[in-house]
Amino acid sequence: MERYVLLLVNLIGINVIRAIGLHIITGLTGQFSLGHASFAAIGAYTAAILSLNARVPFFMALPAAGLAAAVVGWGVAFSSTRFKGDYLALVTLGFGEIVRVILLNLKITNGAYGLAGIPQETTIPVIGLIVVLGILISYALERSYVGRAMCAVRDDEEAAEALGVYLSYHKQLSFVLGTFLAGLAGGLYAHYLTYINPQDFGMFRSVEILLYIILGGMGQLWGAILGAVVLTLLPEVLRGFSDYRMIVYGAFLVLVIVYRPEGILGPRGSAGLARWWERLSGRPVSRAGRKAWQED
Amino acid sequence: MFGQQVANGITLGVTYGLLALGYTMVYGVLKFINFAHGDVFMVGAYVGIMLAPLLMAKLYWVMPAVMLATAAIGVVVEKAAYSRLRKAKRLNVMISAIGISIILQNIILRTAGPATARFPQLMEMQNIVLGRVVLTSYQLVIFGTAIVLLIALQALVYRTKIGIAMRAASEDLETASLMGVDTNRLISMTFAIGSGLAGAASVLVGMYFNAVFPFMGLSGGIKAFVAAVVGGIGSIPGAVLGGLVMGISEVMAVAYLSSSYRDAVAFVLLIGVLFLRPSGLLGVQTKSKM
Repeated sequence: MERYVLLLVNLIGINVIRAIGLHIITGLTGQFSLGHASFAAIGAYTAAILSLNARVPFFMALPAAGLAAAVVGWGVAFSSTRFKGDYLALVTLGFGEIVRVILLNLKITNGAYGLAGIPQETTIPVIGLIVVLGILISYALERSYVGRAMCAVRDDEEAAEALGVYLSYHKQLSFVLGTFLAGLAGGLYAHYLTYINPQDFGMFRSVEILLYIILGGMGQLWGAILGAVVLTLLPEVLRGFSDYRMIVYGAFLVLVIVYRPEGILGPRGSAGLARWWERLSGRPVSRAGRKAWQED
Repeated sequence: MFGQQVANGITLGVTYGLLALGYTMVYGVLKFINFAHGDVFMVGAYVGIMLAPLLMAKLYWVMPAVMLATAAIGVVVEKAAYSRLRKAKRLNVMISAIGISIILQNIILRTAGPATARFPQLMEMQNIVLGRVVLTSYQLVIFGTAIVLLIALQALVYRTKIGIAMRAASEDLETASLMGVDTNRLISMTFAIGSGLAGAASVLVGMYFNAVFPFMGLSGGIKAFVAAVVGGIGSIPGAVLGGLVMGISEVMAVAYLSSSYRDAVAFVLLIGVLFLRPSGLLGVQTKSKM
């Protein structure tokens, strides 16, 4: 039982890190990515291969995982200056599938068998540290020129450009930061479960991370975190329904969106939450990123 | 050898095309990726298995029955999961579609089991030799059905009142409704037609590959959507062309490269085409769709 709770806490932490990464790309900057899990895959495989083949210690393998994902993310970001909206989503989805097929066919990744025997190094404090790092990055962005410029790109690309926002710089920066976090999450995942294979990072994983941030409330850091926590716990809570739990899971998605089209933390919900926090702490809360994400 | 591969590629491509039409039509009107479309196709195949013994296992009975059933499923899904979200962001509608997709997959998983099911043989299998190319009677039926359905669809879209409404709605849903188009009815029609075509595709695919499984809508659906985008989303001939390009290149990749890269072909093709022609092969740069 204790092991099970521990596993859940670790998985929630890792999923929260992935969600914060996608929150920066999609929630703040409006770049619709359906390949987020493949960046976690790149991080996971980088960390695992460094540890297994080169005996690199964990504290160096983990940042390397983040950097590897960020470098690839930067490359993918170039396509975001060319593609917009659904097209970018498809290109990132395609990129994710290509990454998966490559991982399935390379020798060094051991194909469909995956990599086993990765040393277990991930602990809850490490995960907590990186969750805090992610929250700090997101907060720093929301309170700075860069983050506000990202929100401007999201709300209206042409208007932002007309006001002097350097579009490709902000889009690329959001991809680099978001995929860096995804890579870290991947490295943590590999060093926690000690076994990875390409199916752990398929298309449905990417869709799932997108579900986190939309269901929680798009464009809101706490929405992304809430979404990750709720949707990681949900299948576990639904174990009582045994065979029907995935049907209930699907119905939950439909019902939340039908009755709260803006996500769990809708625009009012977030204002309510902010008021509650302001009363509690006596401090005003930042306004950037609270404005609902608007497309086109 | 090469001719045979082309023939097989066209067969696969035609089924992708039929499936792609459903994506392209819904995208044209509502501008969102209907992730549940592939699963409607999958349910259609299971409905076919169920109905075949009741309808004397005759193709000309089973196919229309499955098409009606999937059309009904499509309309019900639209009413239940999308109709309340007309004003919501398109991305959020997609989440609802993903929810429906998970529900449909798991209902089938629970009722029919995870194993691959065989599809009843709805007609006699014969080989037709054309020079060095051998076609099966199934392949001819697939070509024939697809051509008939495409002509019917083209006539519907360009010759009837509902087709005019559909084209108007795909340019601008709001303006169309101001011009007196009953948009709710139109959207139901669009879903019925798209899902009906998916039903036809499911019978053809079931017969040709003789393998039906609960997750067949997932990969097939995504590839069909990619085909629609490659051809130019919103364009009916584009969906068919995209399907053909996709089917032929997939078969060629398996024949001449390696079957392990089969699933990557679709996406390499997608990224390549979008880099060269951002609106797809037959897409137009202007806002007009379909």
